[in-house]
Amino acid sequence: MASAGIVPGRSPANPDKPGIRSSSPPGARPGDPPDGRAVLEAGDISRALTRIAHEILERNKGPQDLVLLGIPTRGVTLARRLGEQLAGIEGREIPVGSLDVTMHRDDLRRQPTRTLAPTHVPDGGIDDRVVVLVDDVLFSGRTIRAALDALTDLGRPRAVRLAVLVDRGHRDLPIRADYVGKNLPTSLAERVWVRLTEVDGVDQVLIEGGRHGGGA
Amino acid sequence: MRHLLSAADLDRAGAVRILDIAEQMAATQHREIKKLPTLRGRTVVNLFFEDSTRTRISFEAAAKRLSADVINFSAKGSSLSKGESLKDTALTLEAMGADAVVVRHSASGAPHRLAHAGWIRGSVVNAGDGTHEHPTQALLDAYTLRRHLVGAETGQVGNPDGRDLTGRDLTGRRVAIVGDVLHSRVARSNVLLLHILGADVVLVAPPTLLPLGVESWPCRTSYALDDVLAGAEGDLDAVMMLRVQAERMNAAFFPSVREYSRRYGLDARRLARLPGHAIVMHPGPMNRGLEISADAADSPRSTIVEQVSNGVAVRMAVLYLLLSGAAEPDEQFAAAAAVTA
Repeated sequence: MASAGIVPGRSPANPDKPGIRSSSPPGARPGDPPDGRAVLEAGDISRALTRIAHEILERNKGPQDLVLLGIPTRGVTLARRLGEQLAGIEGREIPVGSLDVTMHRDDLRRQPTRTLAPTHVPDGGIDDRVVVLVDDVLFSGRTIRAALDALTDLGRPRAVRLAVLVDRGHRDLPIRADYVGKNLPTSLAERVWVRLTEVDGVDQVLIEGGRHGGGA
Repeated sequence: MRHLLSAADLDRAGAVRILDIAEQMAATQHREIKKLPTLRGRTVVNLFFEDSTRTRISFEAAAKRLSADVINFSAKGSSLSKGESLKDTALTLEAMGADAVVVRHSASGAPHRLAHAGWIRGSVVNAGDGTHEHPTQALLDAYTLRRHLVGAETGQVGNPDGRDLTGRDLTGRRVAIVGDVLHSRVARSNVLLLHILGADVVLVAPPTLLPLGVESWPCRTSYALDDVLAGAEGDLDAVMMLRVQAERMNAAFFPSVREYSRRYGLDARRLARLPGHAIVMHPGPMNRGLEISADAADSPRSTIVEQVSNGVAVRMAVLYLLLSGAAEPDEQFAAAAAVTA
């Protein structure tokens, strides 16, 4: 799920910074190109993930005890890709799972009811492991706050790290990413879409709205 | 979703969504820490005018697993025994700030009245009203059927994250509902819901225990259990036995218990004639030896105990759908309250 910029009228409960976190405009089908300018293309995304994979291994001094948990929807896809990259570098499988944070969110009452996505913890659990949370866009930090709570219910990792494809700034909480694909300075009036082949049919990061026109 | 009063309020997509969310809720119940913070600060009132064991406990467990505050209210030991009306009870609950009211009442339509009279602002869940409906029981039965029948097909029985069942309905499954249909709110809700989900339902009962107007229900009927078990109308995937509700019987509906048991009871002999994959269900409480023998109730094909644990997951899903999400503008309440005032 990606953070998106402000959409006038769509989230009256929190006009300063809406918690809208869908990577495609509501009602858009995978493959419908959103209006916006591309800031990352397929090659850029792939290079960013390769670099993040190496950084994870460097910081962890190897692949031992690593568990990747993606945050649905697109975080799971990214976690799988990172897992493949890590396996390719180290020649052994890295456990990859998913972590749905919906039931731990603090904005459930500000939006229509969300459908839940599966949480899948790899065999071996997360106790005393180094968990790397993977998400597509880091924005307010509220999703990651919810993810940290959700993790507490599943076990006690030795450490939790955060890898994101795009950091667009505007944090509400004291949270920062350990591994960032691309820092993307944005205005609150802009929206960021991450589109991935497995979900949307194409690898692309787009910025929409704000001073670059297009309108939200 | 604002209230859950009848299985007929749901469409196929809505019903499947509840089952999908229930799968995710069930997955959280295998964890060491089963409690989720989702409904923190919300209040759920269990308003039971009629005796109940599993439904009340199930709703209570579901609400507590989602961190809601639960107030249990039963007719015995309350001012209802002093003659307080449903309206005054409802106004009391509203004054206490109930976000959801789970109501069981011996009068058909009581939950509907509670939901639409403008007395309370919260959501109303029908937990069984008279001989009318019991929608969460039908949902947990559909959930159990989907897990066993569709799950067996995908090789995923007991699949912890339920991924492969997402979006699936019960198209083409054949279910026999056997016994006291006349007094059964479970049967009515199940017929409606299973039909919505695409299943084929046959009601089996003596003519005296089929309700008036049953021919307008979206199902078939039969008086002969043995014919249905023999597959006269196609192989069965499940047989659901209903409790003979002696407490609601004010006339002679069948000549003797023994005759009923011989013609409509599920015993070892009839169990053996079911297709190998078919499951045996019962909403409970059972009259062992009357509508179901101990052999059938305790056989490995019986899902009776599993139905109870599935009930918690399904009711968590219902409470989640009713109580999370932005509150809808409550025009109905405002309008009804204006009329009352």
